[in-house]
Order: sequence, then C-alpha cells, then structure tokens
Amino acid sequence: MANFTLKVNGKTQQLEVDPTTPVLWVLRDHLKLVGTKYGCGIAQCGACTVHLNDNAVRSCQLPISAVGEQEITTIEGLSENGDHPVQKAWIEEDVYQCGYCQAGQIMNASAFLKKNPNPTDAEIETAMNGNICRCGTYTRIKKAIKKAASTENA
Amino acid sequence: MTLIKTTYNRRSFLKSSALAGGGMMLSFSWLASCKPSPEQIKSLPKEWFDINGFLKIADNGLVTIMSPNPEIGQNIKTAMPMIVAEELDTAWEDVIVEQAPLNTDIFTRQLAGGSQSIRQGWESLRMAGATARHMLIAAAAEAWQVPAEEITTDAGVLSHKASDKSAGYGEMASAAANIPIPEEVALKDINDFKIIGTDRKNVDGPKIVSGKPLFGLDIHEEGMLIAMIVHPPAFGMTYKSMDAETVKSMPGIKDVFPIEVYPEEVEKQWSDGGGIPQLVAIVGETTWQCMQAKKALAVEWEETSKPESSAYHEEALTKLLNTTPQAPAREDGDVKKAFKNAAKVIERTYSAPFLAHNTMEPMNFFANVTSDKAELKGPIQTPEFLEKTLASRLDMPLEKIDIMMTRMGGGFGRRLYGHFGVEAAVISQKMQAPIKLVYTREDDMTQGTYRPAYKVRYKAGLDENGKLIAWHVRGAGANDDLVFENRFPAGAVDNYLAEKHRLDSNVTTGAWRAPRSNFIAGAEQSFLDEVAELAEKDPIEFRLELFERAIANPVGDPEKNDYDPERYAGVLKLVKEKSGWNSGSNDNSMRGVSAYFCHNSYVAQVLDIEMEANTPTVKKVWCAVDCGIVINPLSGRNQIEGGIIDGIGHATYSQMTFKDGKPEQENFDKYQLIRQQQAPKEIETFYVDNGINPTGLGEPSLPPIMGALANALYKATGRRHYSQPYATDKQVVG
Repeated sequence: MANFTLKVNGKTQQLEVDPTTPVLWVLRDHLKLVGTKYGCGIAQCGACTVHLNDNAVRSCQLPISAVGEQEITTIEGLSENGDHPVQKAWIEEDVYQCGYCQAGQIMNASAFLKKNPNPTDAEIETAMNGNICRCGTYTRIKKAIKKAASTENA
Repeated sequence: MTLIKTTYNRRSFLKSSALAGGGMMLSFSWLASCKPSPEQIKSLPKEWFDINGFLKIADNGLVTIMSPNPEIGQNIKTAMPMIVAEELDTAWEDVIVEQAPLNTDIFTRQLAGGSQSIRQGWESLRMAGATARHMLIAAAAEAWQVPAEEITTDAGVLSHKASDKSAGYGEMASAAANIPIPEEVALKDINDFKIIGTDRKNVDGPKIVSGKPLFGLDIHEEGMLIAMIVHPPAFGMTYKSMDAETVKSMPGIKDVFPIEVYPEEVEKQWSDGGGIPQLVAIVGETTWQCMQAKKALAVEWEETSKPESSAYHEEALTKLLNTTPQAPAREDGDVKKAFKNAAKVIERTYSAPFLAHNTMEPMNFFANVTSDKAELKGPIQTPEFLEKTLASRLDMPLEKIDIMMTRMGGGFGRRLYGHFGVEAAVISQKMQAPIKLVYTREDDMTQGTYRPAYKVRYKAGLDENGKLIAWHVRGAGANDDLVFENRFPAGAVDNYLAEKHRLDSNVTTGAWRAPRSNFIAGAEQSFLDEVAELAEKDPIEFRLELFERAIANPVGDPEKNDYDPERYAGVLKLVKEKSGWNSGSNDNSMRGVSAYFCHNSYVAQVLDIEMEANTPTVKKVWCAVDCGIVINPLSGRNQIEGGIIDGIGHATYSQMTFKDGKPEQENFDKYQLIRQQQAPKEIETFYVDNGINPTGLGEPSLPPIMGALANALYKATGRRHYSQPYATDKQVVG
C-alpha cells in the first residue's frame, strides 16, 4: 500500500492503494468513476481508454505508480454536460448499440482529433483499430468522427 | 381501425399501482441525471398517475413508459416504448423511458432472444397505449359531458371540436386513473402511425456518451464486496481440492471457498445451460485484489470425462457426415433416382469452428441474499428463468426474489444462460453480504456455452437444362443438429433429402446470435452460388427460379415449408435493383449475393469487394430486409449494419480451438475479432414496406452475409472458401 495524489478530471484526489493497481481499477473501484470500462485487461480492446495529459492510453495496463503528476481525463470529465463535439456527433449519428465500448471509442477519437483535426478515412481507421466494438458499429463510429471533425473545423 | 379484446389481469393493475409508488422519485432522478433541456421537460411534474403497469402520466403531460424486455444493444428500450407512445397518441418528446424490473404480474415474456421482443410484444404494447388513450378520452368525456366518440387526440392533447374544448393528457390523468379498464379497445390504423416508422434516437444515448453507470459491472452498493470465480481449466474436469490458506491472507481478501452452484436437488431451467456445477469463489474488497488472489491460488482438478481437442471434433464430425442417419428429417420425391438421372452433380462440404460470444462486458451479477430476501441486479436475457432457478437453489418463494435487468454490454445469446446470477446468489448467501461477481475476460472466454462447431455436406443434381432436380443436405454439430429441414430450398426441389446428426461433446454450447443459421446460411448460400455457376445461370435468376417454383407449385405440404417464397423473392429482387446487379458497367466481377430467412424475417444482400494491395476489402454491402412494419428505421439499420459486420468478422477471423479440453484462445490477443480497418466501408439498407406485423431484426442480417462474402471472395480471388474462418482456410476443395 502507498499514498497517491491523483489529478482526475480536474480534481485532486488522495488515496491509499497497492502501487501495482491499474488506473482502470483505481477509477472504477476507488473513485467510483465507472464510465471507463473493463474489456480485456491486456490492452487489446480499448474499452478502458482514458487521456493521460492529452494522450489516449489504456488504463488497464497503467499502474497508478506510473501516473505521477500527469492529469487523467475520463469520459466523465471529457466535457461538463456531455457536449464535447465527439459526444455530440455520437448522439447525432446514433452510433451505439450496447454502448459498452463507446466510452473508450470516444476517448480515443477525441484524443486523435486533437492531434489530427482533418483526418482522412484511412487515418481514422488506423487510429481506431485498437478499439473493438463487438456490436459492429464501426461504420457509424467513422461517420461520427468525420462529423465531429467537420463541426470542430467549421 | 382494429378492435382488440384487452387481456389484462385486472388485479395486476391494482397491484402495479401499489408497486409504482416510488415512480415520482425515479423520474426525478432521471431528470436530474440527464439534464434535459428546459423545452424538453416543460416543468417538473408535481404528481404522477398510474394508468396501467406500462405507463404513468404526470400532471404536466409527461409520460413515463416502462420498457419491459432486457436491453442487450438491440435497442428495444427505444422501440418498445415507441409502440406504446404511438397508441397512446402522445408526443415522443414528452416520453421518459424506464427499464422495468422482472414483473410477471404485469409483463409477459420479459426475455431477449430469438429476435422476438418486437414480434411478440407488438400486441400487448399497442394494447397498453390504446387502453390508456381510451381511459383519457373517457375521463374527458365525463368532464366535458360530451360523447367519447367525438373526442380526438393528437400529440398528448384531447380535443372536442363541437364545444371547442381541449386539454392536455396531464390535466385528465388523475381522472383517467380511476376509469375502469375497458373490455376492448380500438387500435390505430397503421396508416395513421406518427411515431412508428420514424427515426428515433436511442433513449440511453446521452448517458452512454457521458459514461453514466448503466451496466451490471457498474453497480456499487454500500458494503458490497467483489467476488470472482475460478473454473476448471479444461472441459471434462472438475474441482478436486485446493490450498487456500496463503491466498486468504492476501491484502483485502475476505474468503476463498469452493461453491456448489448446482447441487443435484436443484431444479434447473434450460437457461442454466452450461453452468459449471462446482467452482471456487474468491471474495475480496476490490477487483484488483481478487485478480491477484486468483493468480496466486493453486487449485487441483480431476478428470471426469475424456478431454477433447479440435482435431477430434473435426474427425468426429466428418465421421458423422459419412454415416447415414437412421431416419431422414425430411424426404420429398426420390433423391437417389434423381441423382442417378442428373446431367450434372456437385457435392461440397463446409465447416466452422466453435465461437465464443465475447460480449464486451464480461459476465457479472450483483446479489444480496439475506435469510428472507434475495435482491439481484445485472445483465440477464432470461430473468424469469433465473428467478425460477434461484427459488429452487435458495429454497425461497418467487415473491421474495427481486431481479432488475441492467443495460447489457452485449448479449448475442450468451446472457440467456444465467448461471452467473446463480453463482452470485450462492456466494452472497455464504458471505452474508452484498457481492458483485465479476468474470475476468479469460473466465468469460473459457467458460464455454460456445457456438457449436459444425459441418455440413451438400449435394445437388441438375438436369440438362440446368434445372435443380435433386438436393441432399446432411449436417452435424457439437451438441446440436444444425439442419432446418423445412427451410428453403425445401418446397422448391422435387427430390429433396435433409438429414441431421448430433455429436455429443463435453465442450458446453449454447445459442449464439442466430443459432444454426449463423453457419448454415453461409454454407447453403455459398453452395447455391456454385450450383448456379454449374448451371451456367446468374445466381440471382437461379434463386428466383426456385422461388417461383415454390410459389406456383410447392413440393410437399406448403404448410410445412416455414418460409414465404414471395417475401423471399421480394428481398432478392429489391437488392438486385438497388445494387444495380448486372447493369452494364458492373459485370459482377467482384460481387457476391446471398439471401436467407430466419427469425421470421427475410434478408438479401449484395457485397462488393475491391482488391487493395492483394488484400480483399469489403467496399459496400447492399441489404434488403423484409421484417414487416419497421418500428424505428434508424435503430433497425444499426442492427442490420451490426449483424453484417459481426457476420463478416466471425466468418473471416474468429475461432475457438481446443487442446486436451483446454480452450486455446483466452483473450483478445489470440481470439481475433473484426476491427475498424476490416469493416465494410459502406452499408446501405432498404426495407420492404408491406404493412405486415413486425418481426425481429437482431439476428437476420448476420447469417446470409457469410455467403455473400464467400461468393464475392471467389469472384475477387478465384478461390472458394469451405472452412471458416476464411482468413485461415487452407482447404482447397470441399
């Protein structure tokens, strides 16, 4: 057990936890931020994607001890009212079926668009290839990312 | 307008009114969590009035509609309330949707499976809305002292033209709640629908994109512990012993113990499926602590039956295909003679591996079992059956067991089998504490309940004009017999023989999205493509000829054929037109076609491939669907697209193999699922508009796409595929 000070969604949190605990379980079990999902635990499915500073990372493979001063943003903190352009585009395109993987998809897409605001189809496909959607909403995910890119650039 | 007899249990209405006392609170919390815009909520309601178990109306006209069935991503949580709102004749913007708990007093068939929710809920949902509308009209007639027949409704407003009176539903809700439930009610003419048939967005959308707790895995309750299970590493093994002492002293670990999930005296339901009777349970404070303990725990297992490997399944299924069963499943004409007289004969064998469901949300369940009550919450497609098993396992009457269905992170048939709910209850009972059982991905993928491995052999005979005169299908599956003997082309071929075998396997199997169809459609439609080629006919024309035969002069008793050849031909003609099949510029060099009927719906697809750097890429899929009336075209298209991508993915990439009974794929590093780069670039859906009562969309688009893909791959690469997954298919000829 060790003490950690974490900055999550703009709030500073203190907690005592086993230093090997992945950020995924710190968020879900300790901070009760359950929007970040467990899918595989081995960084293969992308359901647990969060932002570390501005980078999309797999929180299931990120031990709390490796976070340090870096800021964590989860789906709950992506926007105050669920109105980030990517979230809005997801609603507009009615992307989701079961919805379970979508927090990870949205976190990955929003980090990607920040770095590449005008992506081509091929760039979107490559960037999103690490996020599995078992329901098969891939064509809608791509459409929503394009919509978010066009509204952000408008 | 149709008059239907209401079939409510009138006592249940009183009961539901009493039960729904907390409705006001629930709705307030919904309003708070969703932050709807001011124009959406008008103003906060002061009071809610229960009209019937399906809906309540607030004094300001807001309507809460209960969605009775479990939501697994098929979006019935939007579609079912749309049906109620339609007949109630309210504005969809005024509707708040809530998931109903299991309540057999009010609702029937609270089950997600077989693409049946809409089809089987159609009448009761319409009746719920129509009954409420009738009661509101009766209340207004009494208040205004005018004949009820003269009152009209529109978007939640009652009007009486002659006296120039009007009132919102909210104003009449209090009086309507006291109107006796009518013996019969009038349903709308389908041409008057205003909500059904229009695109409506998923009611949970805002919560999904903002990460609100919706799923079973998201449950957190005061004093709740986390539980995990350890199951046998291989099929054919059971628990023997363990040394749990060191693990018990690990940080946060509360207890480690073997559990008897299904002692012999338990009355099991079909939905207990491949639940493993004996497991080891680990209970701790946090998920990570339990995961660490799980890794450190040494359990000894013993063999109970012979471990099976994939090579064995392959060999045993082949052996069955080479064996004539005792009796055919169906036989028309004289197949033997017809093959002897045929000008051309072709025979091909197709096979597919076991598949895991791999819902993105692994199995889990919350349980709080005390001496006099059991409260369960979680992802379950069959809550009614889970409740029955729990009653037997916990020795508790049904009334003392409450089950709440959470939104599910995928179902695909996996959560029809609720053993994990029973496991959670048994662990909670032992711990005398609320627990949330969590499967790791590895637990989930290696538990079993798989789509069975299948093999099927087809043989067709053509006369000198290329007419299909003989058809023989013989299929076999692990714990399943695969062949639907009364489906197409039964009824379209004079000499027809269907045979089936079942291989007993200790690898547990279950329904996986579009059971049996999820393999046999692809095999049959690939074979038909090859038969059409042998007949030197266009694959669509070849199929249409068969349907024409089944329409004009069906073989055998037409009642026995479980498809409608006109609707079948209809989707094929529609997809032919929309895809521009054979229309000059495109010479069909890279396209495949397929059509299939299952779960009461008809689907035909054309799939286009482009070769990019020697790799086939699915450029576009055209999909024609006949599911009768489409409730929500937007979410219907989503289901269809999902089924197509799911079908392409599993046919091309996925498999579950075994070595000495042990699953060789335990997580997504080895078990390949389709990803963004491999998905079709475009999917376009076309519905047949025929006003027939609605059937399901959760499954029907998946089965045929495997055939359309194989047929397009042949055109693109010159290779036919006989063995799934196509990406690893080394077999040259069947």
